[in-house]
Amino acid sequence: MIQTRNLIDENGRRTDGRTADELREIKINVGVVKNADGSAFIEFGKNKIVAAVYGPREVHPKHMALPDRCVLRCRYHMSPFSTDTRKNPAPSRREIEISKVMREALEPALILEDYPRAAIDVFVEVLQADGGSRCAGITAASIALADAGINMRDIVASCAAGKVDEKIVLDINDTEDKEGGADMPVAYMPHLEQITLLQLDGILSYEQFNECIDKAIRGCEIVYEIQRQVLMQKYFGNETELKEEQ
Amino acid sequence: MSSSKRSTIIVEHLRKQQMWDAISKGKRLDGRNLDDIRPLEIELDIIKKANGSAKVKLGNSEVIAGVKIETGEPFEGLENKGALIVSAEVLPTASPYIEPGPPDEETVELARVVDRGIRESEMIDLDKLVLVPGKIVYTIFVDCSIINADGNLFDATSYAVVSALASSKIPVFEMQDGKVVHTGNSQDPPVTTIPVSITAIRIGEAVILDPTSEEEACMNARITVTTNSNGDYTAIQKGSTGAFTVEQIKKAAETARIKGEEVRAKLKESTRDG
Repeated sequence: MIQTRNLIDENGRRTDGRTADELREIKINVGVVKNADGSAFIEFGKNKIVAAVYGPREVHPKHMALPDRCVLRCRYHMSPFSTDTRKNPAPSRREIEISKVMREALEPALILEDYPRAAIDVFVEVLQADGGSRCAGITAASIALADAGINMRDIVASCAAGKVDEKIVLDINDTEDKEGGADMPVAYMPHLEQITLLQLDGILSYEQFNECIDKAIRGCEIVYEIQRQVLMQKYFGNETELKEEQ
Repeated sequence: MSSSKRSTIIVEHLRKQQMWDAISKGKRLDGRNLDDIRPLEIELDIIKKANGSAKVKLGNSEVIAGVKIETGEPFEGLENKGALIVSAEVLPTASPYIEPGPPDEETVELARVVDRGIRESEMIDLDKLVLVPGKIVYTIFVDCSIINADGNLFDATSYAVVSALASSKIPVFEMQDGKVVHTGNSQDPPVTTIPVSITAIRIGEAVILDPTSEEEACMNARITVTTNSNGDYTAIQKGSTGAFTVEQIKKAAETARIKGEEVRAKLKESTRDG
């Protein structure tokens, strides 16, 4: 990693003007893909990601079906125009790995035993990438799954923390990811208090690791609050606002 | 596309029950304690055609890593650094469930996690492996072949890569009339730290280290933690379809530091320059 400039200024502001504990702006729209059983569009900083869920539906090819539970299939893909230099549309090794960790991050939240011999497909398409796209993708996919009415134990919220200029900060952006010291994406189920995704690259000391994981979980809790509001708004509209005021 | 699948190894119900009973008493089916690592055997320089090689046996898991060093263009954005590429293949010899063909997602994950552990720890000082800045650099390929798979391929492969790299000899190249020429000499690689990967899995509420494939077939979740010689964390990957509590993760990370130190001593002892 090449440290070319200070990523945190003397006032504690980061390259995009945020403080250490501040998330980028998050906007989520539910039900944006009309043909899908559930869908969500998320803007997470400059990330623009659409997630669509189809299913539960029949499994093709049939031999992939599981007798006791549902097959969850997940595809994370980046559009060729989503990055600075054109990305080859064929799935890269990175995308294969992210598809896998994303599926494993969502699976603990789903009650797959409720849909034996069926399949649920989750498609996550990154239209514009800005660092932390797997976290934003998981956050959107989780909303899309809820929108599809899949039985779930909890919502999965996801957010990264990392190290920039030896400081632990929340929600690493693209520049910080490329030039900073460490990146740790986390996905978390806030009610079950369980971690479903954890990755790290970059060097963290024992103390920094503990600080980083606690910070990432706090970030996930903020993301969860947004997810909850978006879903409430979509399904209960003004009703909830009235209730919460009372 | 990533898809959930049934475990390839089928562990009979009675065997599973035995495993759970043993684990609840703090023992494993092969007699190990929950945090015991299987015997680790390292053999160096088994492939004379390679610039460095190692065969690692972790219990019955067996991995060969070979280092090949060439010159080539640097990576984009890393013009003044040598290139290091770690890859892995689970050979069809490794188990009855593996078929030849393009790597599946598990193999891709294995190779990427091992690569990340070595790369992020900056084990090799790549700044020292430049011939013509921005144009020609040393390219180190570490290719791993998994000969026999019996669980915890992440750690076995990582140990093989570290052993092969640490014991490798880098051929010295020179520029003569704009051409790269091998001088016939070789040098030791610029090793800065010894990364050690420790994998734990959760079965029920118990977290056990260095799982066999039978144990992996019963796991709820997996976590691989890599530490460097300072005891800092350099790479982590949670895997499998279950979740961990925060306490379990922190405990696993702490165990990885302690157990990592033991394994590191062993790796250093068996690679001659330590």
